Amino acid sequence: MMTLTSSKDTGRRVRGAPAAAGVKPPRGRAKPSGGTRGQGLVAHVFLLPWMIGMVAVTAGPLIASAVLAFTDYDLLSPPQFIGLDNFVRMAGDERFWAAVRVTLVYVLVSVPLQLGFALFLAVVLDKGLRGLSLYRSAFYLPSLLGGSVAIAILWRQIFGENGLVNHVLGWFGLELGSWLQDPSLALSTLVVLNVWTFGSPMVIFLAGLRQIPEELYEASMIDGAGRVRRFWSITIPLLTPIIFLNLVLQMISAFQAFTQAHVVSGGSGGPLDSTLFYTLYIYQRGFVNFDMGYASAMAWVLLLVIAAATAANFIVSRRWVYYGDE
Amino acid sequence: MAASSLSRAVRHVVLVVFVLLMIYPLLWMLVSSFKPSNLILSQTGLFPAEITLENYADGWDALGSPFSLFLGNSLLIGVGSVIGNLFSCSLTAYALARLNFRMSKVYLALTLMTIMLPFHVLVIPQYILFAELGWINTYIPLLLPKFLATDAVFIFLMVQFIRSLPRELDQAAMIDGAGPFRIFWSVILPLMQPALITTTIFTFIWTWNDYFGPLLYLTRTELYTVPVALKSLVDTETQSGIGTMFAMSLLSLVPIVLFFVFAQRYIIKGIATTGIK
Repeated sequence: MMTLTSSKDTGRRVRGAPAAAGVKPPRGRAKPSGGTRGQGLVAHVFLLPWMIGMVAVTAGPLIASAVLAFTDYDLLSPPQFIGLDNFVRMAGDERFWAAVRVTLVYVLVSVPLQLGFALFLAVVLDKGLRGLSLYRSAFYLPSLLGGSVAIAILWRQIFGENGLVNHVLGWFGLELGSWLQDPSLALSTLVVLNVWTFGSPMVIFLAGLRQIPEELYEASMIDGAGRVRRFWSITIPLLTPIIFLNLVLQMISAFQAFTQAHVVSGGSGGPLDSTLFYTLYIYQRGFVNFDMGYASAMAWVLLLVIAAATAANFIVSRRWVYYGDE
Repeated sequence: MAASSLSRAVRHVVLVVFVLLMIYPLLWMLVSSFKPSNLILSQTGLFPAEITLENYADGWDALGSPFSLFLGNSLLIGVGSVIGNLFSCSLTAYALARLNFRMSKVYLALTLMTIMLPFHVLVIPQYILFAELGWINTYIPLLLPKFLATDAVFIFLMVQFIRSLPRELDQAAMIDGAGPFRIFWSVILPLMQPALITTTIFTFIWTWNDYFGPLLYLTRTELYTVPVALKSLVDTETQSGIGTMFAMSLLSLVPIVLFFVFAQRYIIKGIATTGIK
C-alpha cells in the first residue's frame, strides 16, 4: 500500500511540473515500478479489450435494458415508449407472481438446506480424517456436473413414475406417480438437485475451518467444554464470515437458476407453472413471445431484488457475523 | 482412545453413506447406459443382466448428424473461450493489479460489480445487438465476449494472484530496462501459471455446460453444442428411448470428469480462494 501511494505522489508532482524535468525527485521516493510518470496510457492499452467489453457487452446492454423496460418492443417494429405499463402489467400478471413464488421457495428452501449439508459434512470431514481428499472429491463432483443438461436428463428419470426414487419409496409401501407431473412435488426435485451440489460450499467451509486456531479448541477442552459446546461456541462463531460468504454466493446463483428447470419441465415451467423459475419466465416472454420490453422490465426487477437481498444480507450480517476483535 | 476410534468409525460410516447417496445416481446412469432401454427402469441395481452397446450406436446417429459433430462444436467453443479468457483477463488483471493510473480503483470496483450482475439483465439487448449484426447461427456471440474480458470472476482471481507476487520482481526487470509489456509477458505471465490453469479449467467446464447461450443463438442443428443436442434428444424421447439419452448424456460428462480427475488440485484451490462454483 505504501509503495503505491508514494509512487503516485511522485508521479503527480512531476506531471504537475514539466518545466522541472531536470530536477530528480528525492532519492528513495521514486519507485522504479511507478516510473516517474503515471502509466495511464500503457494501462489503457492493456485494458482495451476490457473497455470494449465493458461498453459493448456489459454497460451498454445494461442501460439499453433499463430503457427497453419502459417500452413495448417485439423486434419487428421500433420500440414504443409506454411509461410504466410493463410494471403495471406485471402486478396483474398471475404467471409473474407464480414465477416469483416458485423462485422464492426455491431460494429460501434449497440454499439453507444446501449450506446445512455443506457445513455438516465439512465438520465431519475436518481434522485429518483418513481419506479426506477422497471423500471431498466424491462430494464435490456433483457440483461440477449439476449444471449440465445431462444431469437434468438423469433427474427426469430418477423422479419419473418408475424412477429410482419411487422404487425406493415402494419398499416403504408408498405409491407415488411421476414427481415431475405433480404440481406439488415438481419443484422439490429441483430443490433436491440444488442441494445435491453442496460440494462447492463445503470446500469453502473446509478452507474456513482450517483457519480456526487449534489452540482455541485445546483451551476449551481444558476448560471442560464438550464437543457440542465447542461446535456452537468456537466453530460456528469463527466460521460466520464464511457462512455469510457462502450464503451470498449461493443465493445469487439460486435466483438465476435456469437450465435445470428448462430441461426438467421441457421448457414450460409446468406442471401448472409449479417450476416456472423467474428466469424461465423471462426467457419465455423475451424469446418465445418476443415481448422484449416486458422481459427487460422483469430482468430489472430481478436485478433489484438480488441487489436488495444482498444488501439486506450485508446489513443483517453485522448482527451475526464475527470478524475477530477489530 | 477407544472413544476416539469409535467416533472415527462413526464418522466414516456417516461419510460413506452420504457418498453412496450422492454418487449412486451417477453410477446408475453409467450402468444403465449399457442396458437395453426396456430394462433400465425395472432394474435399479448396479449389475446389469445384459450388456449392450446399442444405446451408444443409436444415440450417436439419433439427431441426423453424428454426435461427434456436437462434441466437436462444443470443443471448438470451449477451446476458443479458454483462449479468449486467458488473453483478455490476464491483460486486464495485470493493468489493474500492477500499473499506476488514476482510474485503476474505479475500474476494479466496476469489474467486481459486474460479477454480481444477473446475466438476464444483459441478454436481451445483447441478443438484439447480435441479431442486428447478423450473428445469429454463428459462434461469434458465444466467443467474442470472452475476448473482451467479460468473465469478471477470472479478472478478480488473477488480480488477487498478481498482488501476491513480490513487486521486487517487476522492479528488477524494470532496472534491466524492461517495459510494462515485457514485464507482463516475461515475468508476470509465467508466474501466474496456477491462476491461468484455474481459469482454463473453469472456463472450459462452464462453456461446455453452457445451455442458455447456445439455446438463444444457435437454431440450426448442425451448429448445436452438446447441451442443446441433448435437449433435442429429450424432446424426441419417445422415439429415442431412455438408453440413448443416458448414453449420450454420459458421453457429454466425460470431459468434465477428466478435468476433475486430472486437475482437481486447481479446482479445489480455485473454489476455496474465490468462491467460484
